[in-house]
Amino acid sequence: MEFLQFFISGLSLGSIYAIIALGYTMVYGIAKMLNFAHGDVIMVGGYLVFTVSTSMGLPVWIGMTAAVVGCTALGVLIERFAYRPLRGATSLAVLITAIGVSYLLQNLALLIFGAAPKSFTSVVSVPALTLAGGALTITGESLVTIAACIVIMIVLTLFVNKTKPGRAMHAVSEDRGAAQLMGVNVNGTIALTFAIGSALAAIAGALLCSAYPTLTPYTGAMPGIKAFVAAVFGGIGSIPGAMIGGILLGLIESLSKAYISSEMADAIVFLVLIIVLVVKPTGIFGKKISEKV
Amino acid sequence: MKQGSRLSNMKKSTKTNGITYLMLLVAFIVVQIFTATDSMTNLIKGLLVPACIYIIMAVSLNLTVGILGELSLGHAGFMCVGAFASSFFSVCMRDVITSEWVRFPLAIIIGGVVAALFGFIVGIPVLRLRGDYLAIVTLAFGEIIKNLMNVLYVGLDSNGFHFSMKGTTDLGMEADGKVIVKGALGITGTPRDSTFVVAFILVVITVFVVLNVVNSRQGRAIMSIRDNRIAAESIGINITKYKLMAFVVSAFFAGIAGVLYSHNIATLTATTNNFGYNMSIMVLVYVVLGGIGNIRGSIIAAVILTVLPELLREFSDYRMLVYSLVLIFMMLFSSSPAMVNFREKLSLKGKNKSKKEKGVA
Amino acid sequence: MALLEVKDLSIHFGGLKAVDSFYLKIEKNQLYGLIGPNGAGKTTVFNLLTGVYKPTSGEARLDGKIISGKKTADVNKMGVARTFQNIRLFNNLSVLDNVKTGLHNQTRYSMLTGILKLPGYFKKEAEMDKKAMELLEVFDLHNEAQTLACNLPYGKQRKLEIARALATNPKLLLLDEPAAGMNPNETQELMDTIRFIRDKFDMTILLIEHDMRLVSGICEEITVLNFGQVLASGETSEVLKNPEVVTAYLGE
Repeated sequence: MEFLQFFISGLSLGSIYAIIALGYTMVYGIAKMLNFAHGDVIMVGGYLVFTVSTSMGLPVWIGMTAAVVGCTALGVLIERFAYRPLRGATSLAVLITAIGVSYLLQNLALLIFGAAPKSFTSVVSVPALTLAGGALTITGESLVTIAACIVIMIVLTLFVNKTKPGRAMHAVSEDRGAAQLMGVNVNGTIALTFAIGSALAAIAGALLCSAYPTLTPYTGAMPGIKAFVAAVFGGIGSIPGAMIGGILLGLIESLSKAYISSEMADAIVFLVLIIVLVVKPTGIFGKKISEKV
Repeated sequence: MKQGSRLSNMKKSTKTNGITYLMLLVAFIVVQIFTATDSMTNLIKGLLVPACIYIIMAVSLNLTVGILGELSLGHAGFMCVGAFASSFFSVCMRDVITSEWVRFPLAIIIGGVVAALFGFIVGIPVLRLRGDYLAIVTLAFGEIIKNLMNVLYVGLDSNGFHFSMKGTTDLGMEADGKVIVKGALGITGTPRDSTFVVAFILVVITVFVVLNVVNSRQGRAIMSIRDNRIAAESIGINITKYKLMAFVVSAFFAGIAGVLYSHNIATLTATTNNFGYNMSIMVLVYVVLGGIGNIRGSIIAAVILTVLPELLREFSDYRMLVYSLVLIFMMLFSSSPAMVNFREKLSLKGKNKSKKEKGVA
Repeated sequence: MALLEVKDLSIHFGGLKAVDSFYLKIEKNQLYGLIGPNGAGKTTVFNLLTGVYKPTSGEARLDGKIISGKKTADVNKMGVARTFQNIRLFNNLSVLDNVKTGLHNQTRYSMLTGILKLPGYFKKEAEMDKKAMELLEVFDLHNEAQTLACNLPYGKQRKLEIARALATNPKLLLLDEPAAGMNPNETQELMDTIRFIRDKFDMTILLIEHDMRLVSGICEEITVLNFGQVLASGETSEVLKNPEVVTAYLGE
């Protein structure tokens, strides 16, 4: 029963990673860049919900809407002003810029909200589920997170496969030049990808802060990096891969915290990343990308 | 003509390197004059060794980022390894080797070699990866090292060394035992052997080695991998070997910077700010600001960014904000295709002119 | 014995037979052409010969030693050097350093010699400078030795790539569309250079080319590739008269 408890909290944590990883994987698949600042967009989402719902006392749905709209706008702005000018530059330059954006967001948050952690009021009002006569409790946050993850996964898969903008994303990710020649609006498609990824980050931010209710400017950094690990784990560019990678990672982290050492949980997660990359660099669902000679 | 151009080639690299060494020499003399006349504030005095540490970090990271062209976000991890290995040695040997003139050089070598060894072990799997993956895995490595150091306990008693990942009591030592590494509390009592003169000598050695590697056959191989991996392979260059070489040398000097660091403070602990991701990023800022691949630039940037924030304490809240803007704008300015075109247009006039001159000659 | 002997070489990407049962025999000192329509698999053959791809089946031997399936760097050390269709230079290195990098396995000294600048360093570096300048002179690039490779005009970049390949002291030189993007004058000059290389370095050359004037002008023998298979091979003028070849090129 104890195991089941850890398993469910791992599943819940993994669902958050999965939602963040979706943003990473879509951006990586389409813009071919590692958006290091993605994790910090989560943090911005958290602060937006906090400001609107906790500080200003407005209903949760307004806070959530503000976070989703704000993060979407932020994602598009970052893409437009920091990444788009570097299209065609070396990946080293893009990566360093992304790290710069990540630090910029963290330090802006630090200036605006200060370093002291804010205590976040959960956005979830679903009651906890008690099973097996009280031996097993599933928090409302866990239930909502897992449900949100499943819904997002289904909607996103349908969007990418069934709609025109979704197919444009496929096209841009396969061959940007050819897509452009076929009349696909490449810049628009990439901006749309950032918008979707950032909206998901806002949702992930609200859920993350609800489950772990302390909010600091660095809240997003570590989950962001771990979600990238999850995306790599599942195979970068693959939507089901991000999902499964995220959940596996959440389980690994939760179970190693429980059974091995709570200080070493992060180290174990990273060790798993290194092993995965060495054994199967393309991840579980990844495609091999080889350079054309 | 042939002789002439060959000579000018030799002169060119010798000249730029000469300026770098001259700059270091002048800096050294200035510091010595200030020390002799006792006209340095304690604040600046306290910054001399850290400045040297950051120069070594920046120059060695530039070998990976600028010369090899791979982004490592785990440079602080190697610094951490060097710091702990050498501190461990110095604390154990404090009573055995009393002369710091013997003990400290040994500590430096141990710190460097252990870090290089880690560079080798990490490098073998990691360097098979490219670009973004390499960045994220080096980041992961740095975090693993930092976490490990926080749960590592090592004690010494009459039976030898005891290791544990749980706690001091778990070491199971005799009554005469002494705990050397205390998990999150780190190592205390490292002799404070780091002096400016030693640190400066290590800076010179680092710069000397890195510059000479760059100008050697091995350096060309490393740069050719950076410029075009496929072409480098096609002319018989062993990619893994030379990537590993750059990575290991880079780790070695990061380890040495760690030795200087740990022998400059009373208590050595591994935190996010000294050995974590933040430190790796800060060193990356030095490299980017000084110019990727530009060794002299790294030196200047490291010194300025070590001294300036301390002098402008009242703005310390804005320091990281400014660093982040530096990263973004340096990259946009140096690498965005639009900016590159713009700068080429600006310099076109001069170029055309020189071409004409050549034609006449 | 032929210098290069390829037998039954195939590579399949999924269901696609990019190169199928390819064969080739080149004698020492020969100038040999590999032609075919776009997408026929010519560059894939080069990639198979230089270890970029591992063949699904078959083998290629250089001087009797198997080169197919080996690592790219090792194939070069065994004596095969190449240029690329889309030029691949070390853009941020000088013209001279590009060629000196090609000399990497020819003139060696240890890392320690380099770091400590021992006397051997200066001796070997001077030796490399001399060899590299000699090669640059062959291609009339010696006045641009200190220019960054990316600043060279297109035609000279092609030449520099050949010079760099020659620096590795190969037995066999593979040129992938050396005349691509050149005007007729430059092509004419290139033909002279290729002949000169063959004579001066006693080189065997296999080249891929679309420019029929160049192929018929300098290649003694050619192989025509179509849909990954050998359509015809033999003496250049004979093969070019072959009706099947004409059809493959001009369509029905």
